[in-house]
This record gives sequence, C-alpha cells and structure tokens, in this order.
Amino acid sequence: MAPPVFRTENLTKVYDTGKVKVHALAGVDLELYEGELTVLLGPSGSGKSTLLNILGGLDTATSGRVWFRDLELTGMGDRQLTAYRRDHVGFVFQFYNLVASLTARENVQLVTDVSKHPMRPAEALALVGLEPRLDHFPAELSGGEQQRVAIARAIAKRPEVLLCDEPTGALDSKTGVQVLEALQRVNDELGTATVVITHNAMIRKMAHRVLRFQDGRISSVETNDTRLAPSEIEW
Amino acid sequence: MVMHALDRKLLRDFFRLWAQVLAISMVLACGVAALLTSFGMYQALGDSRDAYYGRNRLADLWAPARRAPMSLLPEIAAIPGIRTAEARTEGMVMLDLPGREEVAVGQILSLPASGEPLLNLPILRSGRLPDPDAEAEVAVNEPFALANGYRPGDRFSANLNGARRELTITGTVLSPEFIYALGPGALMPDKEGFAVIWMPERAVQAAFDMSGAFNSVTIALYAGASEAEVIDRLDALLDPYGGTGAYGRDRQISDSFVSSEMDQLWTMTVVLPPIFFGVAAFLVNMVLGRIVALERSEIGLLKALGYSNTAIAMHYLMLAGLTAVVGILVGWGFGAWMAHGLATLYADFFNFPYLIFRGSWTVYAISGLIGLGSAAFGALRVALKAARLPPAVAMQPPAPPRFRRGLIDRIMARLRLSQPAMMILRNLVRWPIRAAASALGLSMAVAVLAAASFFDDALDKMLDTTFGLANRQDVVLMFTEDLPEISLDELRSLPGAMQIEGQLSEAVILRNGHLEKHTGIEARRPDSDLSRVVTDAGRVTAVAPGGLVLTERLAEQLGLAIGDPVEVEFLSGRRETVSLPLHATIPQYIGLGAYADFETLNAIRRQAPRVSVANVTIDEAHRAEFHRALNEMPALAGTAMLTDMLRSFKDTIQKNIDITATVYIVIAVLITVGVTYNGARIQLSERARELASLRILGFSRGEVSFILVGETMVLALLAQPFGWLAGMGIAWAFTQGVTSDLYEIPFVIVPSTFARASLIVLVTALVSALIVRRRIDRLDLVAVMKTRE
Repeated sequence: MAPPVFRTENLTKVYDTGKVKVHALAGVDLELYEGELTVLLGPSGSGKSTLLNILGGLDTATSGRVWFRDLELTGMGDRQLTAYRRDHVGFVFQFYNLVASLTARENVQLVTDVSKHPMRPAEALALVGLEPRLDHFPAELSGGEQQRVAIARAIAKRPEVLLCDEPTGALDSKTGVQVLEALQRVNDELGTATVVITHNAMIRKMAHRVLRFQDGRISSVETNDTRLAPSEIEW
Repeated sequence: MVMHALDRKLLRDFFRLWAQVLAISMVLACGVAALLTSFGMYQALGDSRDAYYGRNRLADLWAPARRAPMSLLPEIAAIPGIRTAEARTEGMVMLDLPGREEVAVGQILSLPASGEPLLNLPILRSGRLPDPDAEAEVAVNEPFALANGYRPGDRFSANLNGARRELTITGTVLSPEFIYALGPGALMPDKEGFAVIWMPERAVQAAFDMSGAFNSVTIALYAGASEAEVIDRLDALLDPYGGTGAYGRDRQISDSFVSSEMDQLWTMTVVLPPIFFGVAAFLVNMVLGRIVALERSEIGLLKALGYSNTAIAMHYLMLAGLTAVVGILVGWGFGAWMAHGLATLYADFFNFPYLIFRGSWTVYAISGLIGLGSAAFGALRVALKAARLPPAVAMQPPAPPRFRRGLIDRIMARLRLSQPAMMILRNLVRWPIRAAASALGLSMAVAVLAAASFFDDALDKMLDTTFGLANRQDVVLMFTEDLPEISLDELRSLPGAMQIEGQLSEAVILRNGHLEKHTGIEARRPDSDLSRVVTDAGRVTAVAPGGLVLTERLAEQLGLAIGDPVEVEFLSGRRETVSLPLHATIPQYIGLGAYADFETLNAIRRQAPRVSVANVTIDEAHRAEFHRALNEMPALAGTAMLTDMLRSFKDTIQKNIDITATVYIVIAVLITVGVTYNGARIQLSERARELASLRILGFSRGEVSFILVGETMVLALLAQPFGWLAGMGIAWAFTQGVTSDLYEIPFVIVPSTFARASLIVLVTALVSALIVRRRIDRLDLVAVMKTRE
C-alpha cells in the first residue's frame, strides 16, 4: 500500500460560542493515502467540513495531532500554514468561489502566479475540458463550467492533495457528472490524493474508500472493490 | 511582462468601482489642491518676499522726523547695531494728471546724489533713473505708470509745496518698500490715483525747503542687533528735530499687508485641507470596508490558495492607493490652476518683480504624500481586517448583523412608525459610527459653505459700520500742517462742497505700564455728522470730554479696562505726556483708532482749535470743478476719495468673493456627493436582498426607494446643526487668524447664510441618493435571491 498522505491522531475541534461548546470533531483517527480518492459522507454538522478545513490548513485543531506526510500541521503558525497551502493543497468549494472580475484563465493564473511548478493555465483548463472557454468571465459560464474552472484552478499547481467540499452540491446531475469526471481524471492522471465531501450518497460509488461521519466521529469505513465511472452515476 | 492575476483583479475592481472611486478622489483632490494653493502660495510669497528684501536691501527701521540737519547722520550711523543709515527727504504731493478728473496723490522720495540709494533699492523696469542734477526728472512706480499708460518721456504736473511743476518721467521702477502701495487713508491700492515718485535729492530739498537737512532715515541693522535698543537711541537723537518715533518692518505698511496675507494663507493651510483629507480617509474606510465585506469568500479563497496576509492587505491598500493617485493627480492639476489664479489675483494687489515658486516641487511632494497617507490611513484598518480574516471563516457567509431591541425601538413603537421608517432608523442605530461619520462628513460640507459665505456677511458688516455709520464723507482733505479751525471757512467756497467738518489728528504713543502702542488720536466736534464714533450697538456717540475712547483691540493690546488711566505721549510739537482715563471701547474693524473730545485735545495741546483734516461731502454734479479747485490748493498734502474708494473696493472684493464662493460651492458639492453617493451605494449593496425581498412581497418601487433615499436624507438633516456649528468654528478661527493691527474681520454670520449652505448640501445629497436609487429599478429580483450573499 502507498504511504499515507495524511495521518490524524485523536483530532478534536471544539467551537466555543460562549453559551455552548460544540464538538465538531470528537477524536478522529484516520489515514489517507497517495493516489486515493476518498469520499466523506455524513449529515450536516457531522464534522466533515471541519476535518477538511483542518487537513487543508484553513483551520486549526483544538487538540490531537495531524500530519501531512512528515510535516506536523498541528502547532503551525499562520505563515507556515499559508506556505503549506500554497505548496501542497488544492481546494474545490461548493460555491466555486471564482473571482468575478477575472476570466477563467486568470482565475487559474491566481494560483500559478504563486506556485513553484505550475501547469500552464490553459493546460489545467484543458484537463477539465474548458479549452474553448478560456477567456470567459465567471458570469458568462454555466455552474458546471464554473466548478470545472475551480477544479482547474485547484490542480494547476500540481498539488499532492485535492480537497473538495460539496463540489457538485450546487449542480444538476448532468453538469455534476462533468465535474466528477474532471475530478476522476485528475485523480487518475496526476495521482493526486483526493478527498470529496458530499451529501450525495451515489457519489460514494466512484471512491476507493468511503468514510461516514456522525457526531464528529468516523462511524464507518467501507472500501469499494469495484468503482463506478462518473457517467454511470445518477441522481 | 505578464501581469499577475491579483493585479489584474485590482485594476478591474478599480475600473468597475469608477463612480465611487471618482467620488472619493474628488474629495481628496480638493484637499491636495487646497494644500497646494494655500501652502504653495504661502511659500512662494514668503520666498519671493525674502529674496526681494534681501536683494534690494529693504531697511530694518524707518525713522521719520520733521527736519534734522545732515550733520546728525554720522551720529545716527554710530549707534551700535546700525550697519547702514541713509537720510532722505519725503513728502506728499498732489498730482494733476492729464486726462484725469480727480486729483491724484504722490509720495515723493529723494534719490541720493550718488544715484542709487543704499537701502530700499528700486528695480528699474523701464527707462533710466533721473539725472541727479536734473530739476524736473522723476522715476515713478511701475503700477502707477501702467495704470495711467505712462512711458518714459511722458509728463505730468505736481503741486510741490505750493508750486506747480511739470515733471518728466525718465523711468519706471518697483521697490521692496511698496509691494503693497497704499495711498494715505486708502483701503486698498489705487494704482491710477496713487504714485510713488523718486526724485533727485537736490530737487526734492529745493522743493521742500530742506537743503542740508532730511526728514527720514532708513536703517539696516547688523544681524543680532537689538531693534528695540536702536529704536530707543534713534528716538533720543531725533527727538529735538521732531522725530515721531522710529519703527520696524512690523509697522511698515507694505510689509504688514504682505505678512497679513501670509497669515491668512497659513490659516487656510491649517484649517481647510485637514477637513478634506479627513473626509477622504473616512470615505476610503467606508467603501473599502464594504468591498472587503463583499469579498469575504474571495479573501478566504486567496488564503486557501496560499496568498499571504501581507499580499492580501497590500491588495486592498493598493486599491486605496490607486484612488489616492487619481485624487492627487487631479488635485495637482486643479491646485496648479488655482495657484495660478491666485497669483494673478495677487498681481493686482502686490507688486513683486518676480514670484519664486522655488519650493514648489516639495509642495507637490508633500501634498501627494499627505493624500496617499490619508487614503492609507482610511484603508489600513480594513486591509488589516481582511488580512486577519481566518480562511475558514472567510469562506462562510457572514452572520447576519445582530439587531437588538433597545430604547430606540421603544421610541419608534410609541411613534407608530411605518416598517420602512423603522428599517431606516434601525440601520442608523445598527451602524452608529458609520452614521456618525457620514453625518460629520456632510456637516463639513455645510461648514465649508457657511464659513465661505461668512466673508460676505462679515464684509457687509465691516463696510456698513465703517462707511455707513462711522465715515460718511465723500472726500478727506489732508493738510500739510494743522490749520486753525477757522480756515475751514475758506473751504466752503470750494465748488460742489456741501458739508465740511474738521478733525484734529495727533500721532501718539499710548502706554499702560510696559505696554505701548504707536497710533493716532482723532478728535472732532461732538455734533459732527460725517466722521463719527460708533458703539457696539451701532449707535453714534460723542466722546465725552476729558477721556479717551479706544478700539477694543487696542484696549486689549494695552491691557486696559474702562476707567483705567492711559498715558498719552504726543509725538509732535511740545512732546508732552498726559494721562487720560479710558471712557469707553468700541468695535472698529479697520485700523486701531483712538478718539478724544475736540475741545479736550486742543486744550491739552494748549492751542486755539486746529484741524489736520477736513471731511467733505460733495455734490456729484460739481465733481469736476471740485477736483480742479483742489489742484490749486497749496496747503493740501493728500486726499482720500472715500466714496470712490468704497465703490472700487466693493467691486474688487465682490469679484473675489464671488470666485471664492463658487470654488467653495464646488468643494461642498464634491464632499456631499462623495459621502452620500458612496453611502447610498453601500447601503444598496448591503440591502439588495432585503430590498428585493420587499419588492417581491409587493412593495412599490417608490416605497422601496423611500428606505434608501430616506436614510441618506435623515443623515443629511442630522448633519445640518453640526455643520452650522462647525462653520461658525471655522469662521471664528479665520477671524482669529486674520485679525491684525490693520483690520479685524467681524464675526457675524446671518441666518440666510446657514439656510443657503443647508439648501445646497441637502439638494446635492438628494440628487446623489436619487442617482443611486435608479439602481433599484434595475434590481434583478430573481438573480438577487438566487445568488448567495
């Protein structure tokens, strides 16, 4: 088996709102591996997004430890986390978060400007099938196209991990499938460890592994022996 | 070079926000322009004055006397501290100019036999200086020559000590002594009617019967010499020869006016630009704050992508920076134009041979830096806040603002306000600092307008009091020597003369303990109708026998209260010192006057009633004959045409006030647009969903617009009283900064000034809000509801 990309030990995140303490993560131990496509399932508030944010260096844990390869993320300062995100991590969000005033190509360029060995923006956009739409602004693209720009933007720096929070959440099934195809292609061709959060249980069928979350804990882990292609998934 | 994507976003945001950027830039531009104009002109005036004084050796002291022998000069020169002492003869003459109906007045200065004087060196502008041996050759000051169209070779006649002489102009000159060339009794320079005339010493002495003598010494001091000590010793030496007291540059008329103008410019520099820079900083803060709020998720994204806090802070600072750059460039252009206009205006009043803008690049740099600084100041907190947003939080939509039920809600419930009215008031209460700052910005616009129009009100008051009540004569005739009052009867035969009243003037030093002031005492018959003493309440009053009435400023400078004894030293004749009680003080806006009863003053001087000046009203129909007759009068040293002077003063000043008022209206409109337009845009952006929801719920466009426009107008209304107060504050600061021995600007603002200021600001605010309101019509209801905040 490939070496783990991420490893966590008793990872805990508590949100203190003053009156009540919310345990978003209540001691999570897991390992995620190179080249693996993992799907995280679970109801709202079960801790999936919190985990993803901590793995991606957007948030810090209350207690417990987390490593990216040999690099321990827990205890890192803002500056180190910024460098970590810039060098290793790609993000895809439910609401695309494209910069409205930049074209597709320029949105990708946002990443290539600050990374060490990036693809050309056009190359990254080709990988998600958007060569013809290079110079369109977000407002001129469909939701699915926008999300694929977001994926191109995430992978343009050749990240070692790709973290996706509800990438198809705002899309209908047809455009959703296009996005999933782009994700799978990146995972296959670049070997990028990919973590996908979804509410859509059908998507689990394209994963190598599926982790289910409940109340801040992993409630079950299942491994798919046979994976479905995105085009075979319907919702 | 390929532009970075983040920079491209910066530029596109900048252009997308052009209207808001422009509104802010214009306010900033006003600040830069005001600073450039006032501070730049202050520097230019100061530099030009210093260079002119230095190169042309302006004297440090002037010492007038009645008649001193030339043999006294070496003694004067030997006073420790004196570097150069130069004697000259001066005199006032009446001029008869070809083609001019009214008499003109000339001040004659002797030129030494060696040619050029050692001090107060005139600059030759055309022709040559008169031949030292010539009897009827003169040089005149350039403005007088230009105004009358004289060139070297032209002639005019003068009444020299009773003898009429034809004088030939050999050249025109400028002198550092006459940058501001004010004739006797004049309010402002009269280029046509007042000449400075340089004439060879021998000719002047012959004309004024001053051979072997002088009546004026000009003195240059060594650096570090004590002016006060030299003056004491000079006065002691000149006392037996009718010295009336030496004085320094502080009492030299021309320099006093230049300094007073510089004081005004300095006051402008300190008062105005900070208002603009403050408002601009607030606007940058408000607009950028909203942009950062709107771009929370983009900031989160950039952080997720690995952009550092510094890069993000810089991104927003750069946006403010670009805005500042636009403002600074416009301000430089506008300021250069205004400075040019002001320089042209100054050329009307001040006669400099050159204006030095040597320090100008530093003024540009300073105004630019302050402009950038104020934008950065406004942006800094917001940029840091953007940089500090934790990435995970930045990706979430912001929590809806928390509204609480408080006192205001209970009041609103009592008032049974409509829901839209409640929305307006709640929003103001929800963002109290923003609301307060917006109102403050608008109040500054009101203040600037009120303060600018204040000059008009103050001038009206000044002229009403000075000319409507206190000085109602058309002409003042000044005699070469005091005459018996009885000789006024001879004047009654002057053609066209209607009323004639005499007045005695005495040069004095007033003292209270160690405080002293050179001034003049005027005394008139108690039943005088033309020149009168006017009290605080605008009532005409007679000066009671046996005491003095002083202007408030003079009494204040001498530390005198009513009833205190004032020591009066007369500077002419028997130079006795008497003590008179201070009977009353009066406001007087021009000059530092002191008044005594006519009989009292004559009694103190132990003389039968004498007069130095006649105040005359004339019949306009006989104006020409009146002036022709004046030309034949031997004992006349000068005339002041008060009515004419007042007319031209009003014309000139009114023109300047109109220009200034227009500039200030533009400025106030720009501030108002800056604050209200940006405020309404931000409000619309924050409330687009809310307003769209109301439309979906069935509110009409008008009802929805009411919320948007209403909030702007509530703020604008709230701003008014503060604006009035601030305007009074600024006006008061101006009166304090500008008050000098020469004049005082009365602190009066009439209600219509406030009303006009408020009207301009309220209308501008309404128009700005209505421009933004049009966006409500274009609100895409479906799209607004679909996209997330």
